[in-house]
Amino acid sequence: MSWEAVIGLEIHVQLATQSKIFSGASTAYGAAPNAQACNIDLGLPGVLPVLNERAVEMAVRFGLAIGAQINLHSIFDRKNYFYADLPKGYQISQFETPIVGAGSITITPESGQPRTVGITRAHLEEDAGKSIHDLFSGQTAIDLNRTGTPLLEVVSEPDMRTAQEASAYFRQIHTLARYIGICDGNLAEGSMRCDANVSVRPQGQTEFGERTEIKNINSFRFVEQAIEHEIARQIDVLEAGGKVHRETRLYDPDKDETRSMRSKELSNDYRYFPDPDLMPLNISEAFVEQIRSTLPELPDARCARYINDLDLTPADAANISSDIDRANYFDQALVQGASAKQTANWMMGELLAHLNKHGIGLVDSPVTPGLLAQLIQRIDDGTLSSKTAKTLFEALWEAGPAADVDGLIESLNLAQVSDDGALTTIVDDLIAAHPKQFEELRAGKEKMLGFFVGQVMKATQGKANPQQVNEIIRSRL
Amino acid sequence: MNDVLSLRDMSRALSQGDVSSVELVQDHLARINATDSSLNSFITLTADAALAQAAAADESRAAGDQRPALGLPIAHKDIFCTAGVLTTAGSKMLSNFVAPYDATVVSKMADAGMVSLGKTNMDEFAMGSSNETSFFGSVANPWDHDRVPGGSSGGSAAAVAAGLVAGATGTDTGGSIRQPAALCGITGLKPTYGRVSRFGMIAFASSLDQAGPMTRSAEDAALMLSVMAGFDPKDSTSARREDHWLEDLAVNGIADLDRPLVIGLPEQYFQNSTGQECLQAAKQELEALGHQFKTVSLPHTDAAIPVYYVLASAEASTNLSRYDGVRFGHRCENPTSLQDLYERSREEGFGDEVKRRILTGTYTLSVGYFDAYYLKAQKIRRLIAQDFDAAFNDVDLLLTPTAPTPAFKRGQHTDDPVAMYQQDLYTVPTSLAGLPAMSLPCGFTDNLPMGMQLIAPAFREDLALGLAAQFQRQTDWHLKQAGDIN
Repeated sequence: MSWEAVIGLEIHVQLATQSKIFSGASTAYGAAPNAQACNIDLGLPGVLPVLNERAVEMAVRFGLAIGAQINLHSIFDRKNYFYADLPKGYQISQFETPIVGAGSITITPESGQPRTVGITRAHLEEDAGKSIHDLFSGQTAIDLNRTGTPLLEVVSEPDMRTAQEASAYFRQIHTLARYIGICDGNLAEGSMRCDANVSVRPQGQTEFGERTEIKNINSFRFVEQAIEHEIARQIDVLEAGGKVHRETRLYDPDKDETRSMRSKELSNDYRYFPDPDLMPLNISEAFVEQIRSTLPELPDARCARYINDLDLTPADAANISSDIDRANYFDQALVQGASAKQTANWMMGELLAHLNKHGIGLVDSPVTPGLLAQLIQRIDDGTLSSKTAKTLFEALWEAGPAADVDGLIESLNLAQVSDDGALTTIVDDLIAAHPKQFEELRAGKEKMLGFFVGQVMKATQGKANPQQVNEIIRSRL
Repeated sequence: MNDVLSLRDMSRALSQGDVSSVELVQDHLARINATDSSLNSFITLTADAALAQAAAADESRAAGDQRPALGLPIAHKDIFCTAGVLTTAGSKMLSNFVAPYDATVVSKMADAGMVSLGKTNMDEFAMGSSNETSFFGSVANPWDHDRVPGGSSGGSAAAVAAGLVAGATGTDTGGSIRQPAALCGITGLKPTYGRVSRFGMIAFASSLDQAGPMTRSAEDAALMLSVMAGFDPKDSTSARREDHWLEDLAVNGIADLDRPLVIGLPEQYFQNSTGQECLQAAKQELEALGHQFKTVSLPHTDAAIPVYYVLASAEASTNLSRYDGVRFGHRCENPTSLQDLYERSREEGFGDEVKRRILTGTYTLSVGYFDAYYLKAQKIRRLIAQDFDAAFNDVDLLLTPTAPTPAFKRGQHTDDPVAMYQQDLYTVPTSLAGLPAMSLPCGFTDNLPMGMQLIAPAFREDLALGLAAQFQRQTDWHLKQAGDIN
């Protein structure tokens, strides 16, 4: 039998606010344990939550970016359960009335056609703290720094059919969240985590099979592996005549397998009800429109512009537009006079290679968009050859943002020799030194043209303009 | 025995230089030390801090500070967090909890120069109508030590009635200021929901809890209210208001009513209570002052008690989840697992009434029962509020009994929670509607004080205070002192 998987993701996007969603404590990552948990985060007797307006703005921003319904009236609920790193014994979340309603995004899996994935809703909630079980023998340590960090939980429709699509969707949400500045996108620090709901059914069947939920996946690779594994596991179970049970599973990347965490039948009744400490959240159309007016050009629009207006290849356009920093770098280089094609080539080539090698992010690149633009201009105007341009790039990388491009070209003697007289002398000397080869060229052996050009380049240490050298040699035939 | 000074008396004496704040505090502390062992109205005394604050107030006054509340001794119900001072909410669960911060009410009163003598006894987590659920022991009613002072603000009520302090804070979720005020023969005001910040006030039922003053007179209640009230950015449910009369209260006292009022008598409130003669007499007194009475109907009154116990318990069940033995408060010995830690810490830390409400609330919020209990109760709550809206189309204020009976014997209702819940019959509907209401003394039945309740439209505490002040200029029930009557 042939099987089809049905996948939906719940992605927790950690919002990039300075302070927590219901308290004034800092959200900065990496502080000493419990150094950033204030009285409110600790759930002390008598404390009350006050909603951080920046978190609301960011949720609305996301809603607008996915073309969703923005609910002007939404409600915060208490989700009740006991856990040692949940100080109040409940999490403040949004249950029946989330701030963001239905929307959608388009994904392009690495293999396959672009497709639209529906987003059911997105709601605001607070994060819990962390339980650390391996720090003290026989005891659990609690770090409440993360408590109260604002999260936007983005719930997709069960619209994905392969692990690749799920991974592409996760990437696309990541791209979008970074574009609109609501998340730093740092997966290693847990800024985005997802839960995957996975089921399989016989190809052609319309009803869904029983699903499992894989919890807390924090990388693009793991989401693909975990789902891949879970699909295979479910198919094995069904083909052996068994049943898939509704349960929560955990992905173990070391063993590349999912394990049962708890059965849903035994799951908590969360006793959701509206939090009486917070008024219903009412926002105005004007507030929404104000946020809409500050939305940047989104990835799809940018990609289309790169293809249609700038003639980039679809692959380059997708690559550059897939990350806000890349797209901004690219656009800035163009504003400063670089040509699109060359910029794309240099970014995808030398620049990314250097950044990867040194583990530096694009925004911290020593070669700024302005410097790269000047370099490209010097290629386009014939001052630099592709070879000397690479030498210049190395020099710029070393010199950093304050580098003087033309000064370096001069001090490193990188300008192409485009003086006709000097080149003509070199060509004539070479012809005189290699009469046999010149005769062969004259007889139509075009390969010999390359020989002479190569000799000229050698004599000029690569600084001759190959186009010009070609012309001079031909003029001697 | 009329050496008991009101807040206004003390304010006047301080401003005239007749007495210092330190002397006042010393007098009060002496009185507390002499008599509170038989009342048990205080859980914690903060004598040293009080004397230091009083000295600071005296110094400030010497430097020209003339604010009316400067240097006045008061006490806080032990439900308000006080930095560096034990804050128990009357519970074993918090019997070791020293709050690291001040509630907004506490800091506002301290900022106004008021001097806190200590923390008063209360029903555990404000759940009770007799102060018998306190982990720190029950409180005696100063009028008859065999009787309860009411609850949950029983310690504050008893302390004020016994003259141990002229003003104390209380909190009222379903009647916890008004009923003990009535049973102890003092004046108690529950302001409009949102008038006073809840920040730092240990939550029982968040949508109902409201702090207010407990004093001997309406004038003193007004003085305290003016200090306690106001929008607080730390409490999302506190109201942004610009009621200029509120600012005037502290300096000029309660303004005279500018016209005779039409006062409603809700027919549902006059069917089963004792002491109706006191209310009749009060009504005649008010008629003599030119006010008119009119019978009105609040048809959903009967539903108020069950609705209240569904909603308040639901909110309480989750408000009290934080008492889990993990971060503060009581923790059981040698827990063997997280589950064991939760179960035994909560089993040991909470009393029966608190457990009863947590269980009720957990049940009403559970899948399968939520619609039938919680949602239905919310709908009826709206109907109850609409009853009041309709009544206030016809009348300015409502007058009712505060409690169905005068102070009852200790132990009388402890085995019958439903009988105990009936104590809140007349106070709960206003809590559900979020309206301001106050109780003031209106006479005696069998030598026990009786209270009458004035209910005002939202944010019209001025009307209730205005009528109460007028009534108290004509009568002296609020000046009676335990011991005078017997």
